[in-house]
Amino acid sequence: MGDREAPEVVVAGGGSAGLCLGLALKRFLPDLAVEVIDARPSGAASSDERSSAIAAAARRMLERLGVWDVLADDAQPILSMEVTDSRTGDATRPVFLTFDGNVAEGEPFAHMVGNAPLLEALRAEAEAAGVKTTWSDGVAGFSPEPGAVRIDLSSGKRRSARLLVAADGVRSRLRSLAGIKTVEWSYPQMALVCTVGHERPHHGVAVEHFLPAGPFAILPLKGNRSSLVWTERKEDAERLLNGDEFVFLVELERRFGHRLGRIELESRRQGYPLGLILARDFVKPRLALLGDAAHGIHPIAGQGLNLGFRDVAALAETLVDAARLGLDIGGIDVLRRYERWRRYDTWQMGVTTDILNRLFSNDIMPVRAFRDFGLGLVDRMPQLKRMFIGEAAGLGGDLPKLLAGHAI
Amino acid sequence: MERTAGEPRGQADQREIAKFARMAEDWWNPEGKLRPLHRLNPIRLAYVRDMICERFGRDPAGRTPYEGLRILDVGCGGGLVSEPVKRLGAEVVGIDPTEETIAAARIHAAETGCAIDYRVATTDDLVAAGETFDVVLALEVVEHVPDVAAFVASCAALTRPGGLAVFATINRTPKAYALAIVAAEQILRWLPRGTHDYRKLVRPEELGGHLGRAGYQVVDVSGIVYDPFRDLWKRSPDIDVNYMVAARKGGSA
Repeated sequence: MGDREAPEVVVAGGGSAGLCLGLALKRFLPDLAVEVIDARPSGAASSDERSSAIAAAARRMLERLGVWDVLADDAQPILSMEVTDSRTGDATRPVFLTFDGNVAEGEPFAHMVGNAPLLEALRAEAEAAGVKTTWSDGVAGFSPEPGAVRIDLSSGKRRSARLLVAADGVRSRLRSLAGIKTVEWSYPQMALVCTVGHERPHHGVAVEHFLPAGPFAILPLKGNRSSLVWTERKEDAERLLNGDEFVFLVELERRFGHRLGRIELESRRQGYPLGLILARDFVKPRLALLGDAAHGIHPIAGQGLNLGFRDVAALAETLVDAARLGLDIGGIDVLRRYERWRRYDTWQMGVTTDILNRLFSNDIMPVRAFRDFGLGLVDRMPQLKRMFIGEAAGLGGDLPKLLAGHAI
Repeated sequence: MERTAGEPRGQADQREIAKFARMAEDWWNPEGKLRPLHRLNPIRLAYVRDMICERFGRDPAGRTPYEGLRILDVGCGGGLVSEPVKRLGAEVVGIDPTEETIAAARIHAAETGCAIDYRVATTDDLVAAGETFDVVLALEVVEHVPDVAAFVASCAALTRPGGLAVFATINRTPKAYALAIVAAEQILRWLPRGTHDYRKLVRPEELGGHLGRAGYQVVDVSGIVYDPFRDLWKRSPDIDVNYMVAARKGGSA
């Protein structure tokens, strides 16, 4: 190993998944040397104005890791959810489905949390727990060696670790360097994201309008504010993003409705191309993909960040269990457990969101009749509704301990 | 070790080393010939850890619960048990009668940075040398020794008073014959034919008898069963096929 620094685990990418993994590992294996390395300068994410829905399962993990306390005051619980299916210009939007949003007494199925404060809380807690963070220097390359992985940084510095975790986003460079193929397709849609202020209170209600161009979600934030995720056909979206703000607001009001009174734009308008990208392999010898590096999905069900947190919980548990048996934590047999645990769940989520999107992003009458019939059925079946709420809260499937709020 | 006459020694050694390196790769390939052993390994290691932590009052959630313990791995093979036990903080001696196997184990340990004292030896050799250990591990060994009573007695001679011995082996029952020999060797081909000889399999009560006569007290007997749907082994009260035994040597540490 010579002059190289030798942490045991190197996480490439200081986003929420990468930092959360580092924190979880340090919490349950305080002696493990973990380093998070990111090419961006420290605090670069503080300009992210977006908010995300943190599902109950992920919130339980954040609570267990000691991060939730910092975020709780500014988190807006989603107390109930309404689903409508209508045409853009419809004056009224019949509600087909309502969910009471509690998974347990007093535990909402999700909270809205600002991306910037979430990341800042994770960074502070990870560093306090002893995770080494290196900013403004990225992982440029790596090569597995017997018993270790050699990691080359852009600065020319080197590391030698047992395991390299690629948490470097949906266009993961490490994924391509590892030769891991992906399955991907893009949608002819874009998500417009912004924050609006409104006259009247939202009472913690989240609304999802299934409009012909795609879902239009209104997610409640603290105060009389909401976060919007507005899916639009690509050409229309680009016009709305780059055109006059007045036009944007008029189109927004047409979709937003008048229930919350007068609305105004409180943030920049941002656009994100939509696509589905799933890695064919989640692991290679001494390499594991985490979060968006393993999967980017359509945000129709708001599950992207939560899938990343599920990866964190499964990988942390896999590595902690293995380390406590004395197994080599970068060994392929150990990493395969993580892959088996996460791949099926991810494909299921990817395929489900894709089907939802195809089913709802159109205006074909028989399809509308069919889906409205389906939504109406679900609305009258409390057990099925509970199952949907459980899935949306991230409490379904083979749950890693952290997502149930337990220690590893 | 084979060497062609007249060949310079250096070349022959190079070839030998390459051969052992390939053997080490075979031992450590989780999808290779020894896949069944790799699948079985975590549950065996967990059993060993839980028994050691209980006996010596260690924290199984820690990274080095075996700190200060001297542990012998009998029939260590390529080091599938020795290396994890080393990482948990023990001083480890691994013995195997085959020179090639020990050479392969040494190569792998050097790669992973595990300082293990590997020796071509039998338990009798260590007894003669006066070696003693806090823990003696004999996983998948008793079903291959010619004289179980003598083997257990030599393990006892190597275990310090108050120390622990852990055995893993296969029961001699019709179910074990069907699963461990017919299914594993002849149908699934997990193991080479002839790996296990039914007559040499040992029943828990027989092993318990040998242990008692050698001065051990059995503290736990647990079954290990295979779940074909999840491709996982798990601990179970069912000791009809694979089982593990932990025994404490009399006297105080």
